[in-house]
Amino acid sequence: MGITGSFPAIELRNLAKRFGSCIANDGVSLCVERGSIHGVVGENGAGKSTAMKMLYGIYRPDAGQILLSGKECSWSSPADAIVAGIGMVHQHFMLAGPHSALDNILLGAEPTRLGFINRAEARRRLNALSEQNGLYVEWDQAVEALPVGIQQQIEILKLLYRNANILIFDEPTAVLTPQETTALFQNLVCLREQGKTILLITHKLKEVMAITDRVTVFRGGKVTGETETSRTNPQELANLMVGRKVLLKVDVPDAKPLPKIAIEVKHLNLTGPRGSRHKLSDVSFCVKQGEIVGVAGVEGNGQTELMQALLHPGDFNCRSSGSVSLLGNDVTTWPAGKIRRLGVAVIPENRHEEGLLLNRVLEENFVLGMQRYPEFSCAGLLNSRNIRASATRAIQENEVRPTELTIPAVKLSGGNQQKLIFAREFHRNPNIVIAAQPTRGVDVGAIELIHKRIVRARDEDAGVLLISAELDEILALSDRILVMFEGKIVAEFHRGKVDEVTLGLKMSGS
Amino acid sequence: MRRFLQPILAAIAGLCLGLAVTWIAGENPWHVFNILWLGAFGSPYDFGMTLFYATPLVFTGLSVAIAFHAGLFNIGAEGQLTLGALAAAAVGGLWPGCPSVVAPLIAAAAAVLAGMFWGAIPGWLRARRGSHEVINTIMLNFIAAGLSSYVTLYLLKNPETQNPETRGIGASYLIHQFALFGGAPVSLALPLAFIAAFCVWFFLAKTTWGFELRAVGESEAAARAAGISAANVRIVALSLAGALAGLVGVAEVLGNAGRFKVGFSPEYGFIGIAVALLARNHPFGILVAALLFGALHKGATALDLETEHVTRDLSLILQSLILLSVCAEGLWSWMARKQK
Repeated sequence: MGITGSFPAIELRNLAKRFGSCIANDGVSLCVERGSIHGVVGENGAGKSTAMKMLYGIYRPDAGQILLSGKECSWSSPADAIVAGIGMVHQHFMLAGPHSALDNILLGAEPTRLGFINRAEARRRLNALSEQNGLYVEWDQAVEALPVGIQQQIEILKLLYRNANILIFDEPTAVLTPQETTALFQNLVCLREQGKTILLITHKLKEVMAITDRVTVFRGGKVTGETETSRTNPQELANLMVGRKVLLKVDVPDAKPLPKIAIEVKHLNLTGPRGSRHKLSDVSFCVKQGEIVGVAGVEGNGQTELMQALLHPGDFNCRSSGSVSLLGNDVTTWPAGKIRRLGVAVIPENRHEEGLLLNRVLEENFVLGMQRYPEFSCAGLLNSRNIRASATRAIQENEVRPTELTIPAVKLSGGNQQKLIFAREFHRNPNIVIAAQPTRGVDVGAIELIHKRIVRARDEDAGVLLISAELDEILALSDRILVMFEGKIVAEFHRGKVDEVTLGLKMSGS
Repeated sequence: MRRFLQPILAAIAGLCLGLAVTWIAGENPWHVFNILWLGAFGSPYDFGMTLFYATPLVFTGLSVAIAFHAGLFNIGAEGQLTLGALAAAAVGGLWPGCPSVVAPLIAAAAAVLAGMFWGAIPGWLRARRGSHEVINTIMLNFIAAGLSSYVTLYLLKNPETQNPETRGIGASYLIHQFALFGGAPVSLALPLAFIAAFCVWFFLAKTTWGFELRAVGESEAAARAAGISAANVRIVALSLAGALAGLVGVAEVLGNAGRFKVGFSPEYGFIGIAVALLARNHPFGILVAALLFGALHKGATALDLETEHVTRDLSLILQSLILLSVCAEGLWSWMARKQK
C-alpha cells in the first residue's frame, strides 16, 4: 500500500458546476477506496455524469477539489486525467469500426521505433495484459466484426494499456446480453483483485446490488446517500434516487385478450444493402387486442427494422416482402400517415431523432402527427386554442416537468421527453401501441409511470407490441414474449413460463 | 431578444468593417457612408429606387426562406424569377388586347405558375429520386437563362430594337405606379410584397401544411414517424418557393419595364439567399433585410461618380461582410459566454 495507503483513491470535495442557470452539481462529495467497486446511481440529470466528467477532465469544476490518493489535482483536458491514471469506458464505444482491435487500442498511444509503429512490442504487452485479466480478443479482427461484449473488452484493454488505475464505466451493461453482463462482472471483479479502483455509473439497481462494494446516490445535483451496498436494498436506493417512495415493479393483472387481432405480420423479409444479409427473415407473428407481446433481443438483431416495417411497410427500404395487417386491414401498401390514423401509437426507440422536434416548443411537439385531427385544425387552419388546452391537460396528466408549453423539447430531461411522447401518442386513444425501448435512458420515477400507462392501454383493449432490450421490462409486462436473433423470431414464451437465463440463451442464438 | 438583436448588430458590424475597407483604399469612411445614405434615402426618387430594388428581394428572400423552413436550400430563385418574368411578358406580348380588369391578374398568375413549375422540378427530383436540390436548382438556373434568351430572341423578339428584349406587353397589363417617388418605378408590387410576407408568415405559423413543412425541416425522421410524407412536403415547399420567386416577374414586367429584358435581374435570386439568412428566415425580418440590401444596392450606384477609389462594387463587399458577421455563430456564442 505504501505511503498513499491511508488516503482514498479518489476524493471529490464539494464539487460544483453550473451551466448557465442550471446547477448540475451542487457540493458533491464522494470518497472511493482503492481496490473497490463503487456504484454511482441517480436519475438522468441528477448530476452523476457531470461529476464523472469533472473527474475525467472533460469539464472544469467551478468550485471544489478533486484529490487522487490525497493529492489535489486540476486538469484542463482528459489527456491530463489519463496521465494521472484515470480511464473511462463510455456508454457509446469510442472505436474506429473498420480498424483492427490492435490499432484501436494503440490509437493515440502508439509505441514507436525509429518513427514506425512498433506493433510487435504492443502485441507482447497486450498479450500479457489479456492473459492477466482474462480478456480474449483477436487482435487483427476489424472491430466492427466483433460482438459488442468483445468491443467493450477492447475498450477496457485500451485503458489498461494506458496504465489506468481508476476505471470509470458509464452504463456498461446497456448494450449487453445477460451472459455478456456476467462476463463483464467477472472481469470487473478480476480488476478489483489487482487493486484497480472501479466506478460504475448505472441506473440498474440489480447490478449495483450484485457487484458494488459501496454506492453513492445522486439526486438534483447533490449526493443524497452513500452507503455500503450490503447494508441497503434496491427499494431504499430507488427511494433515495427519486426522493419519494416508488414502485419498482408495476402490478400487472392477467390479460383478457379479445379474439380480434391488432397486428398480424406474415413472412416479413428485409434484405440488407447489396443483398448482403437478411435483416429480417420470415418474421411472422400476431398481437391480439388486449395483450402485450414483448420482443426480446440484443439490440441490432432486427428490432429496429421490424418497427420500421410495421410503420412504413410501403417503403422498400423497410420491407422486401411479406405483409402487414393492422386491425384487419391489409396495410402493406399504405403510407405511414394512413396507418397512424387507424389509431396507432408509436414510441420510437430513438426519441431524439424520431420522437421529437427538439428545437420546437412542447406545444408543437404535442400536436405533431395529430395536426390534421378535426380537434386541432379545420380546413387547414390550426386551432391554437384547442391545441394549447389539450397540450396543457395531457402534459399535466402525464406529469411532464416543466409544464410551460413554450420551452423547446431539448430542454427537458430524458424521462420528461419520453413522458411528453407518451402524452402525445396516448392522446389518440390508440388501438395499437408499438413501443420500442420505452424506458431507455429514463429515470426510475418515469419508468413506473410509463409501465403503468402501457398496462392501462392493454386493459383498454389496445394491442401492444413492446420491443425492449431490458429483460426485466419484457418479463414484467409481456403476456407473450418473442425472442429475436439475427432477424428471425427464434422462440416464443408465455407469461411466467420462462426465466431470464433461458431468455438470455435464446437471445444469443443458442 | 437576442434573436432580433443579433442580426441588427451583425449588419452594423458588417457595415463598419466595409467602411474600414474604404479607409484602407484611401477614402474617408464617413464621406463614403454619407454617399451611401444619400444615395439610398436622400430624395423621394432615391428612396423610391431603394424600394424598387428591395421589392424583388422580398420575393426571393421569402422564396429561399420557405425552402429553408422545409430543410431545403433553394439556390434556384434566379431561374424561377427569370421564367416567371418571361411568362408574364409572354402572356402580355401575345395577347395585348386582354381586358384591363383581369389582365394583370392573368399575367401574374402566369408568372407564379411558371416559377412554381420551375421550383417543382427540383422538388420532385429530391422527393422521388433523392437527387440533391442544390445541384438541381443551380443547373436549372442555367437552363432558365438559356431558355429565356432563346424565347426572347427567336420567338418574342422586339422588332424595334437591337436590345435582347421581348416586345412590349399590352397597356392593360401595367399595374399602378405610385407618384410619390419622383418617377421611381414603385408599383403595386410593393404592397404585394407586404402581402406575400404576411401570407408566408400565416402559412408557416397557422396552417397544418406550414406546420408539417417546418416539422420536416426540423427533423425528417420525426416527421416521417409522425406520418407526415416528407416527399410531398418537399415538392410543395419548393413549388411555393418557385411561386414566390415568380412574383418578381410581376414587379419587373408589369410594374416596371413592360417587357422581359434578358439580364434584368442584378442577381436578385442570389441576394435573396443573403436576405433570408440575415432575417433568420422570418418573413417580417425579410422585409427589413430586403430594405437594407436594396438600400446598399441603390446607395452604391452613386459611388462610381462621387469617389475616387471605390466603385459600386463596394455594395458587394458590404453584403459579404454583413453575411459573414451574421454567419459568425461561433463568435457570437463566444461573446455570449464571455458575458457570463
